Amino acid sequence: MPGFTATAWLCIVALYLPILVLIVFSFNENRSVVLWTGFSLDWYAKALENDGIRHAAWVSVKIALFATVISTIAATMAALATTRTKKFAGQGLVYGIINQPLMIPEIVTAIATLSLFALVKKITGLTGIGYLMLAHAAFCIPFAYMPIRARLETMTLTLEQAAADLYAPPLKVFTLVTLPLLGPGIVAGAMLAFVVSLDDVIITLMIAGPGETTLPIYILGAIRRGVTPEINAVSTILVAVSVLLVMLLFVVQRRMQR
Amino acid sequence: MSDREAQTALAAAIAQNRRNERLTRAWLLAPALTLILAISILPLAITVVYSFLTPGTYGGVTWEFSTDSYVQFLFQRDIFDDSLVFNSAYVSIFLRSIGLALGATLGALILGFPTAYFIATKPREQRNIWLFLITLPFWTNLLIRTYAMLLIIRDEGLINIMLMKAGIISSPLTILYTDTAVFIGLIYSFLPFMVLPIYASLEKLDFSLVEAGYDLYANRLKVLFHVIVPLAKPGIVAGCILVFIPGLGAYITPELLGGGKKLMIGNMIAMQFGASRNWPFGSAAALILMALVILVLLANALAARKGASRNG
Repeated sequence: MPGFTATAWLCIVALYLPILVLIVFSFNENRSVVLWTGFSLDWYAKALENDGIRHAAWVSVKIALFATVISTIAATMAALATTRTKKFAGQGLVYGIINQPLMIPEIVTAIATLSLFALVKKITGLTGIGYLMLAHAAFCIPFAYMPIRARLETMTLTLEQAAADLYAPPLKVFTLVTLPLLGPGIVAGAMLAFVVSLDDVIITLMIAGPGETTLPIYILGAIRRGVTPEINAVSTILVAVSVLLVMLLFVVQRRMQR
Repeated sequence: MSDREAQTALAAAIAQNRRNERLTRAWLLAPALTLILAISILPLAITVVYSFLTPGTYGGVTWEFSTDSYVQFLFQRDIFDDSLVFNSAYVSIFLRSIGLALGATLGALILGFPTAYFIATKPREQRNIWLFLITLPFWTNLLIRTYAMLLIIRDEGLINIMLMKAGIISSPLTILYTDTAVFIGLIYSFLPFMVLPIYASLEKLDFSLVEAGYDLYANRLKVLFHVIVPLAKPGIVAGCILVFIPGLGAYITPELLGGGKKLMIGNMIAMQFGASRNWPFGSAAALILMALVILVLLANALAARKGASRNG
């Protein structure tokens, strides 16, 4: 079709050009984010020395690690339940509940979670980062669940049945046969969960208490105060982490297909 | 052991087996379902309750039943005689949001369909690379992507500098903090959601049908609209829904590119829990937004069922 090729290239340029400009100007020696004067790593040095950024990065990593571990375990168990047992009444409902965080607009989940947590805080008096960790763990579940379930669906039952026929008890079948085969799926799920938690803005913004600023929330605040190459530098680091993880994931998945 | 005894024993064993399986399934599902029910679904119930309460003085709620939040959505109480006067402020924010989300959906379709078609007609090895290029932005932070877009469309941004250097314009175009900026931002944010499902349905398309169309002297446009588009319809519909729904609830895009002046529903809801502090009204607005989303999904499900019964 005429023009389709041009449109496809236009899409790629439109998707990547802004990010490229952002990355290029993070290496600018000038304060400007538009006029290129020369290469420097000053803004990275500034960003890494900034206590606010360092604290936010640490908070982000803590939350993302916790959310990844919890959501991946929960998602693996749920994926086993929905693929390795017979079809059951209410299976559709279970899918619906697991995917629920994907279907409801994030702002709605954010204010609803805020309302719940405000209530719990009032009743129990408990505060802290635990609330953010739990909220992240919950919305990461569907992202971890997708690749794990996909992997389980393509794995044939033959090996597991063979092990069972050779009198391996169910736990041994699971740890020695199912789990190693499922490995790449679990790794993929965990990586997606980590990226999704690391990048979250809206839910975190609504429920984060004082001292619980994550990196994206810090960046949002900084943009509101004014555009500086320091923001470009932090953003570039965050983008690099996500892109590296997703590229790794791409490689893992291509291996899985073979 | 008689035959009958053996049969009963077998039946009991099968029943036991089934019970075990049910039990295993229950505890395997427990962590995921508990977390999501407690942290995503229970809060929605609380939101419903909150929407019928009275706002607290410093945020939060007072436990007093009131339908004011829903009334406030449409009417304003007159200060003098306490009568209700129609107030279009909130309705117009909803209409604006729906308009912007629809516009962005259409824009994404116009860009996304040709792109998906282009990818689907590429050799298999190249397709994966193209798909990867389309998906990658989705996994990078939406806030950072929006900030990057802000840098490009500012008065002193790349677009204006290039246009001015080329002598096409003499003073910078004001794009940032307008509806156009939000519109561009929404397309930019959600374009991958349009391309992927359309690609998925085009990938299965039998291209000999396209050739048959040409052989029967149909021109390109006719083939496109009478052969390709009808066959790709499920993907197109899925893509439109996947762009419209997050577009409708967008928060970051209007916040950064609309400059906080061009409000969409998402910002309006967030504001009720921040600066202007009317939690019950914010809850009601969130529920109305959710109702809109459910309406779209239901309409789609009904249309899909109708289509299935017509074809089957």
